[in-house]
Amino acid sequence: MTDLPARYPGQTQLGLVIDLDLCVGCHACATACKEWNTGGHMAPLPDFNAYGDGAWGVWFNRIHSFEEGEGDGARTVHFPKSCLHCEDAACVTVCPTGASYKRAEDGIVLVNESLCIGCKLCSWACPYGAREFDADEGVMKKCTLCIDRIYNANLAPEERQPACVSVCPTKARFFGDLGDPNSAVSELVAARGGKDLMPELGYRPTNKYLPPRRARPYVDDLAPQPLTALLAEAQSAADVANPLLRWVDRLLSR
Amino acid sequence: MHPALSIVFFTTASGAGFALLFLLGLAAPLGLLPQSGWFGFVALATAFILAAAGLVSSVFHLGRPERAWRAFSQWRSSWLSREGVMSVLTFVPAAIFGIGWVFFGETGGLIGLCGFLAAICAAVTIACTGMIYASLKPIHQWHNRWVVPNYFMLGLMAGFLLLDLMIRFWVVRPVGTPLLALLTVLAAWWSKEAYWRFVDTNSAPSTVASATALGSRGPVRMLEPPHTQDNYLLQEMGFRIARKHKTRLRLIARITAFLLPALLSLVALLTAGGIGLIAAALAVISAALGLVIERWLFFAEAKHTVTLYYGAVAV
Repeated sequence: MTDLPARYPGQTQLGLVIDLDLCVGCHACATACKEWNTGGHMAPLPDFNAYGDGAWGVWFNRIHSFEEGEGDGARTVHFPKSCLHCEDAACVTVCPTGASYKRAEDGIVLVNESLCIGCKLCSWACPYGAREFDADEGVMKKCTLCIDRIYNANLAPEERQPACVSVCPTKARFFGDLGDPNSAVSELVAARGGKDLMPELGYRPTNKYLPPRRARPYVDDLAPQPLTALLAEAQSAADVANPLLRWVDRLLSR
Repeated sequence: MHPALSIVFFTTASGAGFALLFLLGLAAPLGLLPQSGWFGFVALATAFILAAAGLVSSVFHLGRPERAWRAFSQWRSSWLSREGVMSVLTFVPAAIFGIGWVFFGETGGLIGLCGFLAAICAAVTIACTGMIYASLKPIHQWHNRWVVPNYFMLGLMAGFLLLDLMIRFWVVRPVGTPLLALLTVLAAWWSKEAYWRFVDTNSAPSTVASATALGSRGPVRMLEPPHTQDNYLLQEMGFRIARKHKTRLRLIARITAFLLPALLSLVALLTAGGIGLIAAALAVISAALGLVIERWLFFAEAKHTVTLYYGAVAV
């Protein structure tokens, strides 16, 4: 049944924390995701018209870029987005076949491809655009939180995290148990005021976004001196009283 | 939302078919319809064919149609599954009712009870179809109180127009159905206008700021999309319709789905025989065209929150 699993206190809820202050928009997480997952649990991730106009394909992770604010106070925010593994995942409850499910043990939302009929209703029910249709196989696919890495005994322990997290060059992505208030990721979220996306819809996403830090207040003496002041300084240096030095200055200025 | 023709046809055809079945199951046992077995055959066959054709069309929308039977399993949580279960369940009492009426000329007693049951099931099926859309929170134009009444009233309107047309082959001057058809067209028109007014004057709570959890520095706008090309999300949910086309299509829908059927129903109400028959037939044709345009707009005008990540500021 595509009912959501029963909740209990202290339930494990694996997910990601993304630091919008650190992300530089390099797309490495999207590339690493595609590379791992096209051979992983939901393989393959097909591309269509890959080398021409109208190219499109299945990606579980995409990097959007936004501008926030105007004028001097504005900044560019790179915004990676993948499945948020919501607590109230409507993509699961709308599924008519039971293909879409949320795991009770760790909260990961997955698709059983052999049950999926490709009705696409889950992609309509997801406000975040996390569902991806594989037009080759006629079934829906999605981010698995690299379930085939995080529990993979064949990998070294430090590699047992999602591909997007391990590849991030600025360490803007964190993986952990957000159901445990004392976990490192939960403490990070609490310290930095991590936020839900579209909280008004009530999906209660697990993944959290850390807002960009505020710029330090503008301090005058730290500011670079304007060019005109430097020129004036050079001018006054030229008004030297000592005739010898004046001669040297003229000589050097020639 | 991308208006897939298979879904537009599914919701309009099965809406009309189940609504016609609702009317037949309700009115025949009460003796309000011609008792002739042939009338029963024509009317029920029309209802069955419309309902079934719509359901078959919806299967073609699937990525894996051969697995469609699996959709009957999740009725506890999914409105799509409930719709599937109810649509098939409706055919059970409807079949008994049909056999009794067509082959044995019986519309009372146990057969009549099956008629009532079929009517209830058909009404529930239409409500389930509406709930598939009304339950989707990311689409403000669907997740509102007008969608289910709209589906019901528009189906009922199509059902009444069809019923009035068919009755005219058996009764020279029907009394009840033309008046009820006219009133339902007007009621359906009112409910559609109320829906349009709602979507024009209300916007979704979600904005690009809430979608990105940004905005403390000022307005948020997209700088660069993730790709230079479209992707599945934009193909499926990024459908845009020009404002002037929207206005023009709404006008065409108003005229063909409501104004013309209302006027033609009025003519049919006041006339008998050939003229009444032609008017009722034209009303059906006009309404069919109008409902398809209306349903196409229902999809085309719907804006999904995922577009907030691709340049939309509000939905």
